Amino acid sequence: MSKIIVMTSGKGGVGKTTSSAAFATGLALRGFKTVVIDFDVGLRNLDLVMGCERRVVFDFINVINGEAKLNQALIKDKRIENLYILPTSQTRDKDALTREGVEKVLNELSKEFDYILCDSPAGIERGALMSLYFADHAIIVTNPEVSSVRDSDRILGVLNSRSRRAEQGLEPVTQQLLLTRYDPERVERGEMLKVDDVLEILAIPLLGVIPESQAVLRASNVGMPVILDEVSNAGLAYSDAVGRFLGEDIEHRFVTPQKKGLFSRLLRRSA
Amino acid sequence: MSIFNFFRAAPRASAVQAKERLQIVMAHERAGRSGPDYLPMLQQELLAVIAKYVNIDENKVEVKLDRGGDCSTLEVNIELPAREQAKAAAAAKSAEKPAGNDDAAGKRAAGNAGAKKRI
Repeated sequence: MSKIIVMTSGKGGVGKTTSSAAFATGLALRGFKTVVIDFDVGLRNLDLVMGCERRVVFDFINVINGEAKLNQALIKDKRIENLYILPTSQTRDKDALTREGVEKVLNELSKEFDYILCDSPAGIERGALMSLYFADHAIIVTNPEVSSVRDSDRILGVLNSRSRRAEQGLEPVTQQLLLTRYDPERVERGEMLKVDDVLEILAIPLLGVIPESQAVLRASNVGMPVILDEVSNAGLAYSDAVGRFLGEDIEHRFVTPQKKGLFSRLLRRSA
Repeated sequence: MSIFNFFRAAPRASAVQAKERLQIVMAHERAGRSGPDYLPMLQQELLAVIAKYVNIDENKVEVKLDRGGDCSTLEVNIELPAREQAKAAAAAKSAEKPAGNDDAAGKRAAGNAGAKKRI
């Protein structure tokens, strides 16, 4: 039985798509057959971040509308075995996402995939609601910044009231925090919320802290999930987060300003 | 695969690659904005023509597209049934009930009939 994960945040621009691309790639790298779905109908970008934008023929909405078969819309990643992308439509709007249509596609994907990762659009409207409705697990992408933290809290409320699991009184959707764009030096200077501050406010378990990193922009420039940049802190932090998601006990790193000794010690550990 | 290989294959600065990728994808999107999404219709019409002559399985149709800067390629692969299967399918379709000794052929025929009806 496959597991459905939603990458969500409420607020836009915090790194949902970057994190979805990295996380899906990380799961596939560990041998799980994984598909990542773009729910941002009309504003698709997962294809660009994954580097498959030139190969999009049919999309999620075509499949929902019966205009194409699922296997025609799935794009197989050229780099990683077991990794597939289901792009969304760039021309239609969120109304194209019907609950029945989304359910049908997810059910079909469940037969084949170990993990289905839903990349949510920003907001709490239809697209975001559809992306989280069927989820078993939610990863809340948050920046250490007031508006992002507040919006994350809002989306946690939505998960607890409007997901399928909530509506049917099933075991709740698991919720884990992925704190992105974290700058330990600014935290030390007292200019940025600490990990612990955010955890105290949101009160959900910490999946990972992704440090602010120039590698993220470089990776999206070339259409490569940043987790494949194995020398970058962000890539390593995503890799750790995937490991934790799968139940491994991995210490958090990149949460304090880097000192030489510490850095080399950590690098050795990651090899 | 490591990042080093990736950059060795493409030594250009990543920002240059970003600009080129955007120019290509956006040129196609802007061009397509005026008209309807023709690919699903194109596919259905192509299949309808081919289905007039051959039994085809809708699940064995692969459409690939590569959008380039100067030209794009559209590749449609349709797997045609093997001769014996086609015969069995035809036989099953003409008879009231499919041949009992070949379950698979019966199913295939049903699938094909369904495909035709839909088109």
